[in-house]
Amino acid sequence: MADRIFDEIWGHSRGRTPRPGFESIARWIRETPKKELQRRQDSAEAAFRQLGITFNVYGDEEEAERIIPFDIVPRVFTANEWETLSEGLAQRVTALNMFLEDVYGDRKILADGIVPTDLVLGNPGFTPVVNGHRPPHGVYAHICGIDMVRTGPDEFLVLEDNARTPSGVSYMLENREAMLRLCPELFEIFEVEPVDRYPDALREMMQSVAPEGASSEPCCVLLTPGHFNSAFYEHSFLADNVGIELVEAADLVVDDDIVWMRTIEGRKRVDVIYRRIDDDFLDPLVFRPDSMLGVPGLMAAYFAGNVTLINAPGGGISDDKAIYSYMPEIVKYYSGEDAKLPNVETWRCREADALQYTLDNLADLVVKKVDGSGGYGMLVGPTSTSEEIEEFRAALKDNPDGYIAQPTLALSTVPTLTDKGTRGRHVDFRPFCLSDGDKVTTVPGGLTRVALREGSLVVNSSQGGGTKDSLVLRPDSEQPELPD
Amino acid sequence: MLARTASYLYWIGRYMERAEFTARLIEATVRLDALSARPAGEGAWASALSVAAASHDFERTGETITPSNVANFLTFSKDNPNSIHNCLYTARMNARAVRTALTREGWEAINRAWLGIEGRSAVGSAQATINLLEALIAENRGFEGALHRMLRQESFYFLMLGENIERADNTARLIDVKYHIILPEGEEVGGLVDRDQWGTILQTVSANTAFRWLYRDGLSPRRVVEMLILRRELPRSIAATVEEVVELLTELGRLTGFQGEADRMARLRLRRIDATNIGGIIGDGLHEYLQAFIEENRLLSQAITKQFRFD
Repeated sequence: MADRIFDEIWGHSRGRTPRPGFESIARWIRETPKKELQRRQDSAEAAFRQLGITFNVYGDEEEAERIIPFDIVPRVFTANEWETLSEGLAQRVTALNMFLEDVYGDRKILADGIVPTDLVLGNPGFTPVVNGHRPPHGVYAHICGIDMVRTGPDEFLVLEDNARTPSGVSYMLENREAMLRLCPELFEIFEVEPVDRYPDALREMMQSVAPEGASSEPCCVLLTPGHFNSAFYEHSFLADNVGIELVEAADLVVDDDIVWMRTIEGRKRVDVIYRRIDDDFLDPLVFRPDSMLGVPGLMAAYFAGNVTLINAPGGGISDDKAIYSYMPEIVKYYSGEDAKLPNVETWRCREADALQYTLDNLADLVVKKVDGSGGYGMLVGPTSTSEEIEEFRAALKDNPDGYIAQPTLALSTVPTLTDKGTRGRHVDFRPFCLSDGDKVTTVPGGLTRVALREGSLVVNSSQGGGTKDSLVLRPDSEQPELPD
Repeated sequence: MLARTASYLYWIGRYMERAEFTARLIEATVRLDALSARPAGEGAWASALSVAAASHDFERTGETITPSNVANFLTFSKDNPNSIHNCLYTARMNARAVRTALTREGWEAINRAWLGIEGRSAVGSAQATINLLEALIAENRGFEGALHRMLRQESFYFLMLGENIERADNTARLIDVKYHIILPEGEEVGGLVDRDQWGTILQTVSANTAFRWLYRDGLSPRRVVEMLILRRELPRSIAATVEEVVELLTELGRLTGFQGEADRMARLRLRRIDATNIGGIIGDGLHEYLQAFIEENRLLSQAITKQFRFD
């Protein structure tokens, strides 16, 4: 398999000749002394620590604030690659929103038998309480983080859809800041699309999905669970850069189905809430009554059409990996076209044949919980012990509905700084898509996560992964490609 | 501005000021105890506890009053709500939660002050104690420097408001306790000058040289008290903080468009102190005057809380 692994810069040449268009970055990697790269990388990490660009590791007893390792060698997308990606993302995110509107509305897709009814209605991510309620402008997933992997020059595959509260966009922006400061010559070699439009794009999207009747300058806020949350840095960073208030639940009060925030000058009406709190904790009157994080009455205000929640409650069902497996059918159903971005081949263990196949090939497969995230509850067959495999075999037999299986993919690599100089390390990619009901905007860039250990496929920050800047080249900065 | 943000900023101002005052108080007591020709001993440390309003909490630990026990209690104890450790912890947590309202320099100064004390548990020798406290005081100066580079907006005014309300309280308590100790029953005001004790007071509010500037003649309780209460030239005097609070509330009123009970109370307080002289204060009873001031300051803080909807 090692021979087939595609490197984003060297292609299949194993470090000998770069792919067409990647000559300059290859030269930059070769000619910049390793010590110099190391110095710049250390300097970026020191700046991240000082700024407090931190996250908390789940399950860590202490309130440990850690930074995510940063790798100085960027990943590069050509303009053509990006165009293909962003079209595919727009198609997928549009279909995803239509799907959500449908399953909480007419349920045509279920009636037509495209997606099994029990898989939707019996899903833990399905939220009956929002049945029949159309969110303002019909948008459920205003902000989507679509996890992608690449296995070859033209093979981009979607690994996962995140339509609840995807995080990581602050790293996209901070990584670019660090690169501009530390590697300015790269931006002379390349004409790179800027990512710093994101905060403006987010604000415009938020304002445009305000409820009908909101003023021409709708009041938008970001709702955080508080500064103990692992992503608090991102929350405060976004609020600051978008220019909106960062609020906690206690700052909001609902009266007559209207959401107000408590300011020193009295109450101020709130129109749009970008909430970074999970559905379960949004409103103790509707969801978990023991929650201290939520705002009593928030859902009533939402149902009354007085406030827009970003992302809309109930959208989490599309994060479910069993629903994910139907995305090609879902895209086809709503757009009439084939999905431009394919899924990773997926066996739904709820189906008898797929279960049998999975059980027969456990050692070669990746098995995931349908409602898991963060790289937890996952079996990577080829790197697991036989005990771990047997553990999963038992779990699968016990609850086949709870799992899917996928092949172990030859994820692409990107040169990454190691003790021995730059070496290929596996990466994935999370672009951030914004939907306002009319269009889907994907700021050219995203979060590239890299598995820092040799051979590892696990890129999650909570399990030792790092991040890289992701450069998207401008169309006019490339030589035209030869027609096929 | 969110009411919670304003409240957090106000309390950052109060806790940072309280941490610095406590550090100065310990430092001054160490000097008094260790460096003076006549060691002041237990009395000095008991009075430090009393100034920090920590006598009761200290008693509950069951420890005896020794320099290191009291210094540790005031600096590190988690059981002492007003220990430097707890003040900095709270200030930092508040600062983290409202970091977008603070400047980066302001946040970094608080963070550094906290890192200087986090994980430590004993002050050690007198010299080590003084070194630690001086480092903390220096960090606090850094915070004040950062503060004064902020835009003159709500954030700045709330931080300063907290600082000045806290400072007024601390100075009043310092004078009250020290004056009480220094002036034994039956003694006439100005009859006895304990140079060490007065030196401590001046040290605590870093006003040794200020005193020489304002009063060319010798140290007397009456003059020290007059300076600490009435001389606006001294930033830690009660009159200076009273005036500052009026100005801060006025600026906030200008920005937010309304004034309220807190403004009225603050202005009334300023008018009264303007019409007061040291003879009158001592004639009517200094202790009574200071107790009334401390209570009034507490009520003013409550009025601020209410006016800006802190809770």
